[in-house]
Amino acid sequence: MKALGALLAFVAVLVAGLAFAAGRTAKPVVLIERPGVCVESTAVMRRDHMKLLMHQREGTVRAGIRTRTHSLTGCVDCHASRKTGSVLGEQGFCQSCHAYAGVTLDCFECHASKPRAQAAGAKP
Amino acid sequence: MSGNARRGFLGTAAAALAGVALAPGVRLVEFAGARTPGEPVTGTVRWGMLIDTARCATGCSDCVTACNRENGLHDTGRPRTDAQWIRKIDLKDPRSARQHSAPVMCQHCANPPCVDVCPTGASFKRADGIVLVDRHTCIGCRYCVMACPYKARSFVHENLSEQKPEVPRGKGCVEGCTLCVHKIDRGDGSTACADACATAGHGAIIFGDLNDPQSAVAKRLRELPSRALRADLRLDPGVRYAGV
Repeated sequence: MKALGALLAFVAVLVAGLAFAAGRTAKPVVLIERPGVCVESTAVMRRDHMKLLMHQREGTVRAGIRTRTHSLTGCVDCHASRKTGSVLGEQGFCQSCHAYAGVTLDCFECHASKPRAQAAGAKP
Repeated sequence: MSGNARRGFLGTAAAALAGVALAPGVRLVEFAGARTPGEPVTGTVRWGMLIDTARCATGCSDCVTACNRENGLHDTGRPRTDAQWIRKIDLKDPRSARQHSAPVMCQHCANPPCVDVCPTGASFKRADGIVLVDRHTCIGCRYCVMACPYKARSFVHENLSEQKPEVPRGKGCVEGCTLCVHKIDRGDGSTACADACATAGHGAIIFGDLNDPQSAVAKRLRELPSRALRADLRLDPGVRYAGV
């Protein structure tokens, strides 16, 4: 019985490995070019970044609160690709994940997708 | 506390107060106006401008150029539909033939009609008197464009690119002069148009806190006779004009 269990587990691992190798499941490209600590933990950012942004947005637009921690410009400054200088594009930090999840990414219709430093021609 | 001791204390307090009032540049208002990036705006300040038309030069459009540069407004070659936050107007009295020129932008009314008519609450007045459009809730109906007696609002007709990080703007929304709100929140204490006018040597646009009696704009308003454009509408604009 024990042997059968071990065999089954082995087969399961093998099948999973094959499926991964075949690349049947497309994965989003998540390139972290500037390693370090984000403003919140990865789990919180994955699930709740839109809530943080929404909260920040109300404070900034309506009450003039300009803290950088949860601001969209803060995201862009850190996560813009070194190659394209943007969070958009096929490998872009924002766009690749949103395309994968099938969620519209409207922010950058109006907001700049490139960091301030680059726009101003200063240091990256 | 005995009577004498109390009198002594009051005397010291009065001397201390007199010291605060007499020391140059030390004013309680300044402390009220200073704000950290995390603090919300309050009604203790009211931002506004005085435009001295006697100093405004006919043919000069430095304020318009500076505004476009600061806020990332680009000329598409289609002036009928381009957004325009500030424009120069030339005035001529037909009887006396006196001519003068003045910039006109959002007048940042205390009772703004654009806010009254907005069906979504996107057009709003900030606590410090700046009238803005929240593009997140603007549906582009353009009621505010029709309601504004100063023609200060523009509609963005085309897709935009290369916006400035501090000035997000996009197609389908209404926009207008923000009184360089990003600069004010940064603590610059000035607008692009006022800076450009000063650089050009005219100094026709004076920006500042209307509530602070010591501010440059308040002092100048005390000296010069000024008026609101369309004062009959009683909108109490934050932008005042001298010599019109």
